[in-house]
Amino acid sequence: MNQRTADRLATLMFWCGALLVLLILGALLGYILYHGLRAINWRFITSPPQNMAAGGGIGPQIFNSFYLLLLSMLITVPVGLLAGIYLAEYAARGPATDFIRLCIETLSSLPSIVVGLFGLLIFVNMTGWGYTLLSGALSLAVINLPLMVRVSEEAIRSVAPEMREASLALGATRWQTMWRVIIPSAFPGLLTGMIIASGRVFGEAAALLYTAGMSSPPLHFNDWNPFSPFSPLNPLRPAETLAVHIWKINSESLIPDVRRVADGSAAVLVLVVLVFNLLARWLGGLMHRRMTAA
Amino acid sequence: MEKTVARAVAAKVERTGRDDACDRPPAGKKYGELIGRSLAFTAASLVILITLAIIYFIAAKGITIFTVNGISVKEFLFGRQWAPDRSAAQGGPLVGASTMIVGSMLVSLLAVALSTPLSVIVSVFMVEIAPGWGRRVLQPAIEILAGIPSVVYGWIGLSVLVPFVRSHFGGNGFSLFTGFLVLSVMILPTVISVSTDSLRSLPGQWKEAALALGSTRWQTIRLVLVPAARTGIITGVVLGLARAFGEALAVQMVIGNTRQFPHSLLSPIMTLTSAITMDMGYTIMGSLWNNALWSMGLILLLMSFLFILTIRLVVRRGLVR
Amino acid sequence: MGKRIKWLLAPALILVLALAVAGCGSGKNAGGQTGGSTASEAVTVVGSTALQPLVEQAATEYMNTNPRAQIEVQGGGSGTGLSQVAQGAATIGDSDIFAEELSGLDAASLVDHRVCVVGMAAVVNPKVKVDNLTGQQLVDIFTGKITNWQQVGGPNMKIVVIHRPKGSGTRATFDKFALGGAEETAPGMEQDSSGTVRKMVAETPGAISYLALSYVDNSIRAVKINGVQPTVENIVSGKYPVWAYEHMYTRGKPTGAAAAFLNYMVGPQVQNSLVPKMGYIPVTQMKVERDAQGKVTRK
Repeated sequence: MNQRTADRLATLMFWCGALLVLLILGALLGYILYHGLRAINWRFITSPPQNMAAGGGIGPQIFNSFYLLLLSMLITVPVGLLAGIYLAEYAARGPATDFIRLCIETLSSLPSIVVGLFGLLIFVNMTGWGYTLLSGALSLAVINLPLMVRVSEEAIRSVAPEMREASLALGATRWQTMWRVIIPSAFPGLLTGMIIASGRVFGEAAALLYTAGMSSPPLHFNDWNPFSPFSPLNPLRPAETLAVHIWKINSESLIPDVRRVADGSAAVLVLVVLVFNLLARWLGGLMHRRMTAA
Repeated sequence: MEKTVARAVAAKVERTGRDDACDRPPAGKKYGELIGRSLAFTAASLVILITLAIIYFIAAKGITIFTVNGISVKEFLFGRQWAPDRSAAQGGPLVGASTMIVGSMLVSLLAVALSTPLSVIVSVFMVEIAPGWGRRVLQPAIEILAGIPSVVYGWIGLSVLVPFVRSHFGGNGFSLFTGFLVLSVMILPTVISVSTDSLRSLPGQWKEAALALGSTRWQTIRLVLVPAARTGIITGVVLGLARAFGEALAVQMVIGNTRQFPHSLLSPIMTLTSAITMDMGYTIMGSLWNNALWSMGLILLLMSFLFILTIRLVVRRGLVR
Repeated sequence: MGKRIKWLLAPALILVLALAVAGCGSGKNAGGQTGGSTASEAVTVVGSTALQPLVEQAATEYMNTNPRAQIEVQGGGSGTGLSQVAQGAATIGDSDIFAEELSGLDAASLVDHRVCVVGMAAVVNPKVKVDNLTGQQLVDIFTGKITNWQQVGGPNMKIVVIHRPKGSGTRATFDKFALGGAEETAPGMEQDSSGTVRKMVAETPGAISYLALSYVDNSIRAVKINGVQPTVENIVSGKYPVWAYEHMYTRGKPTGAAAAFLNYMVGPQVQNSLVPKMGYIPVTQMKVERDAQGKVTRK
């Protein structure tokens, strides 16, 4: 066969590969949404789960997932951004910097269950907190930190060097340059990174089994005092997230409508991930157009 | 770009009310720089601290079974029997994790073997064949695939794949085969995104040179681009391998969990991760059994080191080449 | 934009640190005060995932009638529950097994409260038309001596054994009272979660496993053991031996809020309505008693 035929066949192969991946995704999404969408209604999203009767919902679990997301982002973003700034701006080429990079790579290839075990040891047992939102948030921060650092560093490096030089030429310090010129310009990349990390937080279960726990105390949504044990805002309470809830009810639950709740939860999870993705693209594009309006 | 700079100058002039505001550094700027730089340095040190802490604590817990309980490393790594609760009267506890180590390795390697060709094909598609369509359609698709939680993959594997394997391939559906099928889909996004980045970063002149010499697109891809992006692709593959090795919940639901060596693709297996998730809650912290589970965690940690070192080795050789 | 980010991140960092400090402060008295509240004593219940649904439901109802009560229920497994209560990290530890049965634990300091009885049945795939198994047949199946259903009067199908994890209370109970103490050595699969086991047995032809009665439904078939049906009546009278207590352990005698909650757990509201509704058996209904060594006595 001559090269032209080979080329055509190869093109066919590539198209088939791409279509296969799209097919897999479509089938997965289709399965999840088909089985789960009919369970989703306002009551399902807001009511607490039942332990033995039918009709439970996933309200507290959804709240826990988002709140955990917020808490872990509060930790991940500052630390990741600052570390990225250090690597991009201040770090000198040498063994120390190499070591930092090695640590980042190590953290990024850790299995999430190992991070969960570490969290159990430190954030649950050693600190005496027990299973809490904070333990879960810290463990998730450990998982997401390498991603955030890498994304920050890349986003910063990808900003045109002329901007940096111009700012320095005007007399700004390196820090001022970073804060006022480069970070705003790198913002879309940072945002994308944050949203990818958020997606991971939402779907994570293995690490949270051992840190945030598999139960949620009854939440009184009119109690906003973060120090009260029934308050949804209290970070020192166990908090079962949506992904963990799916795991739990598939394992040990006695409710008669297990399939409805499990499928509905899976559908909600996937929908949230979808929304996050769309939001990321839309926001990223918007910010990019506004920031680089020049 | 010039607008931002001009804006900065104008803002500074306005704020200080001086025309020569940009010629003289204002007071207090030194402290700003110092604080900022220290914050950044602290964050970087925190990263090192966390990594070292994880290594230390997991290793400390992981070796207690050797130091405190007296199990030999050889038995743990190569022993085939797992009976940590066997009483001293019956001969003492048996702590052989080799079936689980082999199970983990087999399922991960097979998952990568299946996933890599497909990932490279899709990456090439996204970068070379249909870049516009690739970025608009496939990129979000890959990101969504990556966002589906592992518990959902596991449940779909259990509900759909297991009966399918059972009726079309034999066995009882819970097998090494089902396990690596599920894993290969789960690691697709990882391998694809790293390979795509690698292909995208290739200098455009190489492709143009090949085409100018009269190659077809396929020849260019096959003989120039993919070999050139080899380092990145291998990095992606090893990252995918690491992810497969560390997957716990999805795998646990479809592999059958039998503590024996598989004798065919359709036999059930057991992985280190599913052993840990199944047994952790039933053991007491500090007991021999519990220590054995932490040692499995240590093996997972060491394997991830191995993966990183492999990547670094590959990258270094690639650069030198 | 740069200024705004800076001002947002600084308080964020401070907030995180503040929370951590507040947490460290109140975390030190984990068993006593949860979340720094000074209202009433908080009770943390940790342990068995099999008992968790019952305790969670009871705790919810208890807190509805006693608004000042704070009961926090978590899972983690019997082993976790027992070790946490022994260490003092939890007020109450739920367990599927007697504390004495778990090695590595000093059971002398723990006080047992039996809150209900859970029966266990051997279950098979519906395609297996076997109604009854003798004790010896069960032992032979689970030790691998019998490998085909034909050998026990069933269809010509390979027996697929699904074990439970070695540390689980379910397995301990089944091995002790259905297999007469024999070890499950048959080559087969292992699965922890009861829900998944039920699904596996329902869908895998030739499968056999064992489940708590509360999980048995129409998708699987429960077999008689030595001619005795696994029903509540047979367990209560002592005819069917495969059952175990669900324990709630405290370190020393319970006081205050913990005692009140435990009283509620063994009281009529829980025992007469909640327990049977969830498929368990009230302790008071049992006509026989069993101790940690397995000796059965008439009450």
